[in-house]
Amino acid sequence: MSADTSAVTNMTASLNILQKPAALPSYVSTRNACKLCAPLGASLVFRGIEGAVPFLHGSQGCATYMRRYIISHFREPMDIAASGFSESSAIFGGGENLRRGLQNVTAQYKPSMIGVATTCLCETIGEDVAAMVREYQEAQIDLPTPQLVHVSTPSYSGTHVDGFHAAVRSVVATLATPEPEPSHHVNLLPGMVSAADIRYLKEIAEDFELSSIVLPDYSETLDGPALDAYEKIPAGGTPIQGIRSAAGARASIEFGRSIRQRDTAAAFLESTFGVRAHRLGLPIGINETDRFFSTLKDIADRPVPRQHEMERERLIDSYVDGHKYVFGKRAIVYGEEDLVVGLAALLAEIGIIPVLCASGGKSGALRQSIAEVAPSSPGVTEVCDYTDFMSIGEKAKLLKPDLLIGNSKGYGIARDLGIPLVRVGFPIHDRIGGQRILHLGYRGTQQLFDRIVNALLEHKQQTSEIGYSYM
Amino acid sequence: MAHDAHEVKKEMVAIYPKKLGKKRAEQIVVTELGPDGSVPEIKANVRSSPGIITQRGCAYAGCKGVVIGPSRDILSIVHGPIGCSFYAWLTRRNQTRPPSDSDPNFITYCLSTDMTEQEIVFGGEKKLKAAIKEAYDVFHPKAIAVFSTCPVGLIGDDVHAVARQMKEELGINVFAFSCEGYRGVSQSAGHHIANNQLFKHVIGLNELAHEDKFTINLLGEYNIGGDAFVIEDLFRRCGIKLIATFSGNSDYDSMANSHTADLNLVMCHRSINYMAEMMEKKFGIPWLKINFIGAAATAKSLRKIAEYFDDAELKAKVETVIAEEMPKVDVAQKDVKSRCQGKTAMLFVGGSRAHHYQVLFKEMGMEIVAAGYEFGHRDDYEGRKVLPTIKVDADSKNIEEIEVRPDETRYVPRLSQERKAQLADPELEFQDYVGMMPEMEDGTLVIDDISHHETERLIELYKPSIFCAGIKEKYAVQKMGIPCKQLHSYDYGGPYAGFEGAINFYREIDRMVNMKVWSLVKAPWQTLAPQPEPAPVAAD
Ligand code: SF4
Ligand code: SF4
Repeated sequence: MSADTSAVTNMTASLNILQKPAALPSYVSTRNACKLCAPLGASLVFRGIEGAVPFLHGSQGCATYMRRYIISHFREPMDIAASGFSESSAIFGGGENLRRGLQNVTAQYKPSMIGVATTCLCETIGEDVAAMVREYQEAQIDLPTPQLVHVSTPSYSGTHVDGFHAAVRSVVATLATPEPEPSHHVNLLPGMVSAADIRYLKEIAEDFELSSIVLPDYSETLDGPALDAYEKIPAGGTPIQGIRSAAGARASIEFGRSIRQRDTAAAFLESTFGVRAHRLGLPIGINETDRFFSTLKDIADRPVPRQHEMERERLIDSYVDGHKYVFGKRAIVYGEEDLVVGLAALLAEIGIIPVLCASGGKSGALRQSIAEVAPSSPGVTEVCDYTDFMSIGEKAKLLKPDLLIGNSKGYGIARDLGIPLVRVGFPIHDRIGGQRILHLGYRGTQQLFDRIVNALLEHKQQTSEIGYSYM
Repeated sequence: MAHDAHEVKKEMVAIYPKKLGKKRAEQIVVTELGPDGSVPEIKANVRSSPGIITQRGCAYAGCKGVVIGPSRDILSIVHGPIGCSFYAWLTRRNQTRPPSDSDPNFITYCLSTDMTEQEIVFGGEKKLKAAIKEAYDVFHPKAIAVFSTCPVGLIGDDVHAVARQMKEELGINVFAFSCEGYRGVSQSAGHHIANNQLFKHVIGLNELAHEDKFTINLLGEYNIGGDAFVIEDLFRRCGIKLIATFSGNSDYDSMANSHTADLNLVMCHRSINYMAEMMEKKFGIPWLKINFIGAAATAKSLRKIAEYFDDAELKAKVETVIAEEMPKVDVAQKDVKSRCQGKTAMLFVGGSRAHHYQVLFKEMGMEIVAAGYEFGHRDDYEGRKVLPTIKVDADSKNIEEIEVRPDETRYVPRLSQERKAQLADPELEFQDYVGMMPEMEDGTLVIDDISHHETERLIELYKPSIFCAGIKEKYAVQKMGIPCKQLHSYDYGGPYAGFEGAINFYREIDRMVNMKVWSLVKAPWQTLAPQPEPAPVAAD
């Protein structure tokens, strides 16, 4: 971790690749946070598993807040149950609440799995939730009970992204069983990407004729159809049987440069079951996507399907066409660390200078990862992890960027500066279709590129006195 | 809609384990108005069972999000880990208009001590102090409010001592709220906590005197979608001086000055009745229940105010305003009725909106088939007359009841005893609230703290034309082919208050209940009747 976390300094760690940044004061408070809390990430993961219901052990208020937040992005139903601590459970423990909660969820939803994440309250008490969950599962052995998975997600030690990865690891560690026969599939562990990204990844794997298990898969559960008959737990999600067989997979591919050193699901599968882990950056931009496709090519042992090569070729063609509009422009990117790394990689390719790469996360690997993907940024690239939107806004005033790339929370800054915001990532609650934004692969990069160029063109048009209609 | 509400109730709770089913059965009633005006008893303001997907939030949400959040120049600092603060950041869509661009508006900020493991283990008071000092240095606010979230209560940080100390050190008002989410059973606990602290730390600090004849405060109006702007305008046109609103479009000084008003108007009874009562006891300001949602309700409310002040000139002005507004309302009503008459609505939201908005639907000729509050109490359903019979359970006991006495110098009774007696007409709801149920048709379902499962069953059985709730329910309801109107955020529409708001609402609902999109769910080839089997070749 790159920040000083002594009791009174929760300071913004400012790191600079090439040049010292302008000195700004560091702050005690987090002022307009650029991160959400851990159980939210875990809830998303559980929602992406077939027949599963997310469950928070702690106060009901946290579950309600997270539901409203996830719903405002996806515009889809999102149920998160809670054990609903009262003051006395806060003091004497919430074991009874947990048991009753699990029973009630089972009766209402008949889920195949309940994913139990913890809130700060029960973590502060120091409840042994893992043991409680285990006991519950054992006590119900003769009854039709759902599979339980527990993950510890104290938000005072991690962000929503940490909660997400921790949940993926827990699911795998709980469910994966040694396979007598190796299966030929590949485990795809994409991290916190959009529903459209997940659908596209499945399509790519299919084109390589690789059977795959994508974990989690909320491409349908959080982007579902209008229905005739309502489904309590929406169809779709990673099949539990598939997760069980993860131990026998041919390989795992896990995205996220910032988590390469961490004990993730892919790391677990490799160290426990010897499943080869390919730990790549989020495939955004040509170089990062090339690495992904090369890996697939090796695993599948067949050439890259022609239609994907053609997408790559069209993408390069458009880089050439759009170069004159983007070259030398200055952008601020912010959000989840790995998304920021991917975007920096793309920007470096197209000649936009990522003048500031910011995240509320604190993996400690952000600076290094950006240096890897954007080694020759022609200007100053300032990297700030563990930062917040007021700090980003203050820096933005000095850096005078041409555009912002990130989630809806940066809108205020873009508005103040009078520059465009290209919306990516999570949360997007001031536009429709956040879950359908494609970020990954040649196709996602194409869409991002087009949107970036068009945002700049639109801005130029709007601020022009002449009002060209031919640009 | 030939459903027997009693049967529906039975069916709805059948799926639950026994204990839970029994509890839910007490929170679901079928309305029936007795000859003496009595309604059936409902169980409300009790803890949601674990594992039930409830609409409810926590005390912190009610305190910071609902009551204090809308005021623009009290700077809020949330003491706790980051999530609680982030989730309450600008999500309630309260609007505010500072008098000028240079006046403070802190609504767009979300400050948090963002506690780390270190502070959870060793205590966070030091960090909180530093955060308050820092916020003061950056923003120079008149007042800073500190909100505790769950873990803080548990590790035992004394936020009130920190507030006192910083108040002394900085020379501005600093006060704290012990609104940890595990207190009480819903947002409602947080409303009470917010009322208490505002009353203790803010009310009565500003002695600015007013010459105006008719001075009022508006309590429990949070200016979602610009409702407060509409109401303010009506007051202005009637010659009524609004001193403070709690807390839509409000500022600190006006709240501190609110004890100088001669009447308190209570809009959302649930969230603010404590304040009305405490101000009456301490300063002698009477209160009236009013409702500015619905054109007829607005007219009635204005007339009630005029009646209270009993002034011919005011009464005349009020009638003029009503006469100016009603023709437009009538035209709009007539228009939408042609398409909406007889359609049905369900409302499950909040602690007063599920009642107030019934008026608007009825004005459109629509029928209410089921309603309930998310965090109401029995008095919000059955009327304040049941207050003495409400049992206080462990969850409510831990919320402070302030003992209030008349202020030695500033208690001024506004009305004589005879005048008070004259105002006791139940129609006037003078210091009273009749509640939701007495105003509903017999045989209607009333469900407290409706669960996700019950919502689904209800919709399947009744297929209402529209369902009113919040964003958490919206998309689930719409998956079932029923439009859902958000009555927390108004779906980014509004205002819906007053005459102008009523017209907006009619149009919006008309558009929603007559939406055609669901007829497209099946593609043409999916709806085609199966091809008839080729006729068998006749054998001879
Ligand atoms: S207490 Fe923790 S888990 Fe709950 S909302 Fe706050 S940060 Fe998130
Ligand atoms: S931790 Fe407590 S205060 Fe924070 S959102 Fe959860 S219930 Fe509310």
